[in-house]
Amino acid sequence: MRRRTLLRAALTAAAAAAPLPLTGCGPRGTDARPGLDYLSLAWQKESVDANKALVAAWNAAHPHTPVRYLQGSWESVHDQLLTSFEGGSAPDVIHDEAGDLTDFAHGGYLTDLRPLLPERLNSAIPQRTWRTARIGGGLYGVPFLQEPRVLVADRRLLRRAGIRLPTVRRPWDWAEFEAAARALTRDRGGGRGRRYGVAWAMKEPVSQSVNLALSTGGRVFHRAGGRDVVRFGPRDSAVAELIHRQVHRDRTAAPSGLGMSGSDVLPGFFAGRYAMVPLNFSYRQQVHQQAPEGFDWVTLPLPAGNRGGRGAGGSGPHGGRAQGVSPQTLSIARDCRHKRAAMEFVAFLTGARQLVRLARGDWLVPTATAALAAPALHTERYGWRTGTESARHLVASPVLGVRGYQEWLDKIATPAFQEYYADGIALRELRGRLVEDGNRVLARYQR
Amino acid sequence: MSAPGGVRQPSVARARTAAPGTGVARPRRAVRYAQYAALLCYLAFLGLPLLWLLSTAFKPPRELGSAAPELLPAHPTLGNFAAAFDEQPLLRSGLNSLTVAGCAALLSVAVAVPASYVLARRRTLPARATSGWIVAGQLFPLVLVIVPLFMVLRQLRLVDSLGGLVAVYVVWNLPFALWMLRGYVRAVPPALEEAAAVDGCGRLRTLRSVVLPLLAPGVVATLMFSFVAAWNEFFFALVLLKSPEKQTISVLLTRFTGAEGAADLGPLAAASLLATLPSLVFFALLQRRLAGALSAGAVKG
Repeated sequence: MRRRTLLRAALTAAAAAAPLPLTGCGPRGTDARPGLDYLSLAWQKESVDANKALVAAWNAAHPHTPVRYLQGSWESVHDQLLTSFEGGSAPDVIHDEAGDLTDFAHGGYLTDLRPLLPERLNSAIPQRTWRTARIGGGLYGVPFLQEPRVLVADRRLLRRAGIRLPTVRRPWDWAEFEAAARALTRDRGGGRGRRYGVAWAMKEPVSQSVNLALSTGGRVFHRAGGRDVVRFGPRDSAVAELIHRQVHRDRTAAPSGLGMSGSDVLPGFFAGRYAMVPLNFSYRQQVHQQAPEGFDWVTLPLPAGNRGGRGAGGSGPHGGRAQGVSPQTLSIARDCRHKRAAMEFVAFLTGARQLVRLARGDWLVPTATAALAAPALHTERYGWRTGTESARHLVASPVLGVRGYQEWLDKIATPAFQEYYADGIALRELRGRLVEDGNRVLARYQR
Repeated sequence: MSAPGGVRQPSVARARTAAPGTGVARPRRAVRYAQYAALLCYLAFLGLPLLWLLSTAFKPPRELGSAAPELLPAHPTLGNFAAAFDEQPLLRSGLNSLTVAGCAALLSVAVAVPASYVLARRRTLPARATSGWIVAGQLFPLVLVIVPLFMVLRQLRLVDSLGGLVAVYVVWNLPFALWMLRGYVRAVPPALEEAAAVDGCGRLRTLRSVVLPLLAPGVVATLMFSFVAAWNEFFFALVLLKSPEKQTISVLLTRFTGAEGAADLGPLAAASLLATLPSLVFFALLQRRLAGALSAGAVKG
């Protein structure tokens, strides 16, 4: 992460220092192909196969605007794109995520899709989802796949403890979740150590802390006087306080989880050290692949904001079930010479049938309403129903479109949250750093 | 190899002659054991990640998710290798890497040998300035160079070209290669060249028949460094190559990873293991000469 941050910062500086971007000036590099380049970040086999098959289907139907499939990777896409934008050889159609579009949109590297967007596509995706790709009045991507955060739980342990399994229609509230974690925490005996009710994988603690704040009516990022500002009041901090309480006071959450990624907590989950693990929806694939034979796991919705003012925090939008997300997007480079054809290709990829195929390949949830209704995504198997039903409560993450977020994240928020969750600093200190130091960072980007 | 042997002999002799129980030999033996223990620790430190990679490459998914991972796979499988080959064109990208790294290494050496000779032998102002510029060139971080470099290569129509990548690697590796070879050239006594001149050799003939054979160990070391550096390089290859059929192996390995640290661990380990093999083979083939190079350099130094 550190290396990536330095690289990102230095590349941005290098790009800014370049005398004149060559984008849009003269011939488009060495590439005079009549078709389109599509940079895809799909990486799981099923998803790559689905993308390739869709590109082949497009090429068969559109021989005059063939698409070339290029594969990128999530880890390096920002640096790759920034360099190729500056060098004037960016791919035409770009797969990325909404959170990564802010700098590119402000830098003028992406096409504003509003004049190109077909009405059919516009109406296929809910307005709350379109908001994830609107930046500074323009629309810079088509959000097509997204993932809620869910609880992956050991069903056997929950049943044995007599705990009701929540559903999207009847979720736990945060107080019920804390009670369940307490009921599931116990000494396993035989020298096997303690079983924790939950393990919060908090290697990257900020996005979870911000996006889950929506459930208690918080946002962390607020608009005031036409500017983005950070606030961290009781509603913003309720979930963070809960996690801290579970780890350090109740001891119902594993302290070791705080430094782990989603993949890292899985072995402990399979071994019965943790009864529940909050994970992104796509982690189900790893659970499915790696779970021991006969391991009975279930996908549950995350708790909603507290009903009736119980416990800390209040209740946010969607009855406290709202979660912030940064969906995967398809954008068109400003330098693309066949923008209409590129938009047609994007519309083709985001057709309902194609979306279902892509979503299943990546174990994600599609954004389009028609695709969400597909029976294949409503099966109980592997928790698909939980994800698709949660989709109606997914809203734009408060961090989307905030200039300076990346610097706030790297320099202020990540170390501050890590220290807070490790009990190194108190809530008051966390609040001071996020708000006072954080707003100083944001102010530099909003002069 | 003679130098370490020469050091060992007297200590062994002293140890043999020391009377048992006098305590003279013990501290030396203890020091030696401590040295071996430290060496073992160092080897374990270097080797364990590779061992773990080897182990992971042969583990089925369920063992990868085990809370108590074992070094030896309980149910070894070749499934990860099959999946890696199935998911990504490993052979093609391996061949690309081999071509690029091989060409870059040979060209680096071809340029560095005569250049380092001039830099070592000529004490003129341009030669000194060039030496200084080489050092200064190494101070620029890669990320400051990449955007202007991209634009230059684009003008030369060398973006998305293996030839362009070779050119970049040659230029990028050249400063280190020059510094390395310059040290070897300086270790060749000028008297040998003067003797060759007295015998009627021209400058080129002297270089080819007298200096070059003595530089062979240094050339091998430089060749290895350039090859391994080019084989492992990621960022230039990521940014400069676009066509799928031109990708190198270091870029291809990232295709097994997703967002937020998610990874297809088994196939990734299998592909990574395969990606380390050419470097190991290259090293194994040249290491005898490299060892010769080191000792030759030591004696001359």
